[in-house]
Amino acid sequence: MSDEPATGGSGAGEDAAPDSAEADASPDSAARVLLDAIQRSDLGVVLVTLGVIYVAAALVTFPDGLNSVVGLMQTLTFLGLVYALSALALNLHWGYTGLFNIGVAGFMAIGVYTMGVVVRPPDPAFGPPGLGLPLPVGIVAGMALSALVGLFAALPALRLRADYLAIVTLGLSEIIRLTLQSSTVDTFLRETFAVGTGGGRGMGMPDNPVRALFLVDGRAGNPTALGDAVFGTLGEGGVGISNNILVGWGYVLVLAAFLLGFYVFLERLGRSPFGRTLKAIREDELVADSLGKNVDLIKIKVFAIGCALMGLAGILWFGSQGNVSPTPQFMPLLTFYIFVAVIIGGAGSNAGSVVGGIVFAAVLFEGPRRLGAVVRDTIDASTPPSFADAVASLDPVAFLAYATDNVAPLQFVFLGLALIFIMHRRPEGLLGHRIETAAAVDLSADSRPDGGDSDE
Amino acid sequence: MGTTDSTIAGSLRDRPGLLATVLVGVVLAVDLGAKLAGVEAGPIGGSLSTARLGSNLWSGVVIGLVIGLAGIGLSMTYSILNFANFSHGDLLSLGAFTGWGVAFVVAAGSGIPLRALLTVRAAGDATPGEIGAHILTTPAAVLVGLVVAFVVTALAALALDRAFYRPMRDRSGISLLIASIGVALVVRYLIQFVYGSGRRGVTASVDASNVAFAPLGLSVDAHELALSVAAIALMLAMHFMLQHTKLGTAMRAMADNKDLASITGIPAERVVTATWLIGGGLAGASGYLYVMLRGTIQFDFGWLLLLLIFAAVILGGIGSVYGAIAGGLVIGIVFTTSTIWIPSDFNEAAAFAVMILVLLFRPQGIFGGVSTA
Repeated sequence: MSDEPATGGSGAGEDAAPDSAEADASPDSAARVLLDAIQRSDLGVVLVTLGVIYVAAALVTFPDGLNSVVGLMQTLTFLGLVYALSALALNLHWGYTGLFNIGVAGFMAIGVYTMGVVVRPPDPAFGPPGLGLPLPVGIVAGMALSALVGLFAALPALRLRADYLAIVTLGLSEIIRLTLQSSTVDTFLRETFAVGTGGGRGMGMPDNPVRALFLVDGRAGNPTALGDAVFGTLGEGGVGISNNILVGWGYVLVLAAFLLGFYVFLERLGRSPFGRTLKAIREDELVADSLGKNVDLIKIKVFAIGCALMGLAGILWFGSQGNVSPTPQFMPLLTFYIFVAVIIGGAGSNAGSVVGGIVFAAVLFEGPRRLGAVVRDTIDASTPPSFADAVASLDPVAFLAYATDNVAPLQFVFLGLALIFIMHRRPEGLLGHRIETAAAVDLSADSRPDGGDSDE
Repeated sequence: MGTTDSTIAGSLRDRPGLLATVLVGVVLAVDLGAKLAGVEAGPIGGSLSTARLGSNLWSGVVIGLVIGLAGIGLSMTYSILNFANFSHGDLLSLGAFTGWGVAFVVAAGSGIPLRALLTVRAAGDATPGEIGAHILTTPAAVLVGLVVAFVVTALAALALDRAFYRPMRDRSGISLLIASIGVALVVRYLIQFVYGSGRRGVTASVDASNVAFAPLGLSVDAHELALSVAAIALMLAMHFMLQHTKLGTAMRAMADNKDLASITGIPAERVVTATWLIGGGLAGASGYLYVMLRGTIQFDFGWLLLLLIFAAVILGGIGSVYGAIAGGLVIGIVFTTSTIWIPSDFNEAAAFAVMILVLLFRPQGIFGGVSTA
């Protein structure tokens, strides 16, 4: 993380002044926002980050051939994009409004499960029955139900202090997970509404339409015209990349388009009068209230919007994974991953959330296990069966073999240490600018008088 | 923050919800009475034996004592250090693993390799029966394990504070909360790294381990009884410490009003140190006792209990040690008796729902304490 190229936009310190040129341009079109982003070189930061990660991935995998390199790049990009999407949604709650929502996993689960229930056929070969409606209907329904539950969750947000809201949302996400897990609920839904959740066994997701773009009916070996063209040039008929990886890249492009959409939407929202009120609530709720802003209504609205985005992120992420089940996938740990992504990037910054998601996925999530595997391959020793055996052997090589074979827990230790380190040393994140201009007029550093108290 | 909400207008706004909650409670009580009497009228009533209700209540009390004991430490750090400590649950796991490791060493003969005992059966292939740790056959070993669990976890909690929390003493509660999530990850997965990830049996099974209480119609497991005695003894010690020692008075003063306490010359850092030692120690002891109750251990059991502990602390009112104990009992009883009405895969959800309702309608907790709104 520390070698992150800071080509611009990153607040160097806590009292970094907001760049006046970027604050006063209130964009009026999507193209303008994009242009703005490139000008501020946030997009540049994202691309350079991706580039560095690609180079690292290529260095790790190039002995195994082209498919390993392109496959790892695809995995890293997919994870980076889905974490970026989720981090953007959370950033609206936490970074913009200061609502400490740690129930993200629950809202994502609602989105993806609703989509599954709506889209799955009424008489599937196996798994729970659904309503058999088209995919877009399912996506909209998933977002709508997530938003609805978000409205419900906003009620405690109206009166609780942030740390209690955290506990309530965590409890809510666990209630959601336990509900989806319950076989009683599954049976009840099947008997009453002829749909089901699948209980602990989970639910198969509908076919990914991106696959159907390349392959007729999604079946391998039967490409469409587009599939023929792509596979012929880049795939097994040309450069030699496996067809499955190419289809995966196709979905990555769709995710990138959604990420762009999220980004533009949230940037516009953040700079609208509504967004400025959000930041005012974050900084001092009492002041916003005193100035006649309807704080309660705004909190409810922002909770619903953010939860809808979380639902959509859940659909895009887990809906493409073949099968979802509540317990390994929607544990609170997922929420903490997304939080770490937001914190790395810096709460309050959309570009930071994107970079944070990408950096988190590559450096903290996928990186250690790949690196562990690479190191393990170079060690010529058998792995001790347990930690005690590794210590008792008094052999550093055996201990290293044990550590690299059990890199999963160490990865979490590393993640925890990274989180603590960021909170100690750089609580504003890589690109955080929480001291950003909330006013529509120019408030550049040199036009501002010194003094005044900070309430932090 | 938002204290304006707890005025008359605020409470008026909440009245419909509160009313509905009370109404549901009354319906459930009537239903319970009908069930016990064996009357059935439409959806209400059914059949329920007093023995089942009794055993549900008893196991609720036992779990509640563990949760309450663990909640004391959480409540203390919450009120004195002003943050929700998400690493508290993993202190339970730490105490359980270190405590049972030592208890195994004391309980087992010399025939079993030390590494299998100290790692709570992560290494080697000793079975719980061979080790033979049980309160009836090896009471001394179990007691030594409890003491080790307390001491090791207390020292670990203090070390974590010195390394991670002390440098951020003046930061906001949310920053500390996030850091505590990081600490929780570090502790939990170091435990997994050292002790392995498998769930495994700990206590040996002993014939005739049940102690019958004929007049109450209860049959109580020896481990349940031992847990209750140990938990209540620790709670009484805590009560004595808080009420009759200088340290306890200083702690209560700190929890009540930090500035006032500092002005009157209470050494804040020393009180904080004592808070971590006592809170961490009690967490380790309660994790150790919980494993004795359940008979199995797993690296993340403390984390999975954390939300229930939070529920207990919030129910009792943050900062109130007695509230945490009472809240633990309520949560424990809700946890076990809710299965009368709802399927058993929902009892945890029921406990969380109670917590959310309390936060919504009575944020200061049932027994008062620091306001949450």
